[in-house]
Amino acid sequence: MEKFTTLQSRAIPLHIENVDTDQIIPARFLKATDRKGFGDNVFRDWRYHKDGTINTDFVLNDSKYSGSILVAGDNFGCGSSREHAAWAITDFGFKVVVSSFFADIFKGNALNNGLLPVQVSLAFLSDLMQRVVSNPETELVVDLEKQIISVKDSELSENFEIDAYKKTCMINGYDDIDYLINNKEQIEAFEAQKIY
Amino acid sequence: MGKTLFDKVWDSHVVSTIENGPQILYIDKHLIHEVTSPQAFNELEDRGIPVFRPNQIVATADHNTPTLHQDQPIKDELSRKQLEQLSENCKKNSITLYELGHKYNGIVHVMAPELGVTQPGITMVCGDSHTSTHGAFGAIAFGIGTSQVAQVFASQCLLLTKPKSLRVTVNGKLRNGVLPKDVILYIISKLGTNSGTGYFCEYAGNVFEDMSMEGRMTVCNMSIEMGARGGMIAPDETTFEYVKGREFAPKGEEFDKKVAYWKTLPTDSDAKFDKEYSFDAEDIEPMITYGTNPGMGIKISETIPVDENPSFKKSLAYMNFEVGESLINKPINFVFIGSCTNSRIEDFRVAANYIKGKKKAANVTAWLVPGSKQVETQIIEEGLKSIFDEAGFELRQPGCSACLAMNDDKIPQGEYCVSTSNRNFEGRQGQGSRTILASPLVAAATAVEGKIIDISKQLN
Ligand code: SF4
Repeated sequence: MEKFTTLQSRAIPLHIENVDTDQIIPARFLKATDRKGFGDNVFRDWRYHKDGTINTDFVLNDSKYSGSILVAGDNFGCGSSREHAAWAITDFGFKVVVSSFFADIFKGNALNNGLLPVQVSLAFLSDLMQRVVSNPETELVVDLEKQIISVKDSELSENFEIDAYKKTCMINGYDDIDYLINNKEQIEAFEAQKIY
Repeated sequence: MGKTLFDKVWDSHVVSTIENGPQILYIDKHLIHEVTSPQAFNELEDRGIPVFRPNQIVATADHNTPTLHQDQPIKDELSRKQLEQLSENCKKNSITLYELGHKYNGIVHVMAPELGVTQPGITMVCGDSHTSTHGAFGAIAFGIGTSQVAQVFASQCLLLTKPKSLRVTVNGKLRNGVLPKDVILYIISKLGTNSGTGYFCEYAGNVFEDMSMEGRMTVCNMSIEMGARGGMIAPDETTFEYVKGREFAPKGEEFDKKVAYWKTLPTDSDAKFDKEYSFDAEDIEPMITYGTNPGMGIKISETIPVDENPSFKKSLAYMNFEVGESLINKPINFVFIGSCTNSRIEDFRVAANYIKGKKKAANVTAWLVPGSKQVETQIIEEGLKSIFDEAGFELRQPGCSACLAMNDDKIPQGEYCVSTSNRNFEGRQGQGSRTILASPLVAAATAVEGKIIDISKQLN
């Protein structure tokens, strides 16, 4: 996993609530057996019309906006557990998703793939969304060590929560498998004395 | 202070706790399928890590399988490769696989309970969010991502922070024609799609106590639709009766010993939940959804509510519905009875009972897709298939099918489908398709009438 410490970038505003993982990557693209290339189809049915032409109304197709931070509406990543959603978002080039609420499984999947979910208050999100929409050149700074997200050259900033263990993993680029394998003996001992 | 059912099962599976961090939770049973496992197998192979406990894994092919001509080679090349890869991975790692055509094949959340793999008091995971279904047995069961599938392969454990606890109680007597699907659609319509996020939910009250195991599975299945990682119902005689005698259930004295343990699992009377809701059974009516998330549900007799939120409006625009509109008499051309929510034998009995002696409307394409090979056989043996045939319904072969439309079973652009599945997201059943979630009874009635009708009027 890639390490994550701080990031300064512009952002792409996705002003939609309840974005589910079926929208992030539709099921018909889940037939691949490796992790790569899902970025081509991220938000596929919003980015393209059914006849394959580009939907110029959709924000990812708006050349005004760029950057590796996605600012999304409330309750992001609900629905299916497909990790392909996190792969698609990272493969497209995002490193951070900001929302006021993340679905559990999506959050876990993101963290397991070096994609940082930054959960902010509704008020902060709405302020942030407005600034990014109205000024595409707005730069955001995400500092994982300090757990702060801020708008560069402005007073707007907020602290965000992250599980201490997950934070260490992100900063060092470790994953859970390493940790679990190092604890094999303990797991075997548990198996030997299971009470149920 | 007493413990909840969830606490008892969780606590008995904690291997250790990391200071200021998550716990190592032991996983008893791991279910896998073709879509979310290949990358996990690859990862292990790349890192040279063996599968730790292959005999605690059960595999099936379901998401990507055709529902016609299962005896013939699969036409779609990518689908075929994905299934071949699953077979190869299982063989290489000595994992039991019930592949396409096997008498135990089926949707992972239908076949595992049928085989007695699912039991009270265990922990169970699968790379699929509807793993919550198995909580109906009083197990802790939840969906995981592919990285976690790899973790369980490698260690039979996961690193997790214990979720908070939530209890939804429903007491009273359900009205005629109100099915378990209506109960859970009602709960989600009241609580919203993220009320359960961060929580594990227990369903309590006489409504769930009186339900069959099939009904309880329908309810727990949709826990994820309110954001909860899982749902649970306390195991009781109904549970023990269901498990008894199944292929992988404990037998004889071993079974009795287990039952004695399972009886200790229900929530203690002095246990506290972080959040509680309760509803009256009498308030629930047959339900239907009108939007693009499962929380957008109304009683079938109600009209679409007013909401100024832009996401709400976007959703109605997608569905081509208007505020204040009633769905009664909406012409419907597609009906799907299937998915891990409603594809068990009881669901087909309900449908057959309604359909018997009637005919499917000419405008309707109706797909009946059993959840497993065993359900399919039972449908034929109980004579339900001949009822469906006579009425003009098509019984297909088991799989996820039009629930997520990964195979050829897709609803065309712009068409409505009254579906017994669990998700009405944009394009879930095919690009541009519009899903209306309902019970198997409402779905059957829609297919017969060719439009949505107020089923409650017909029954009273
Ligand atoms: S039936 Fe639908 S919801 Fe259930 S496992 Fe299959 S795709 Fe998922």
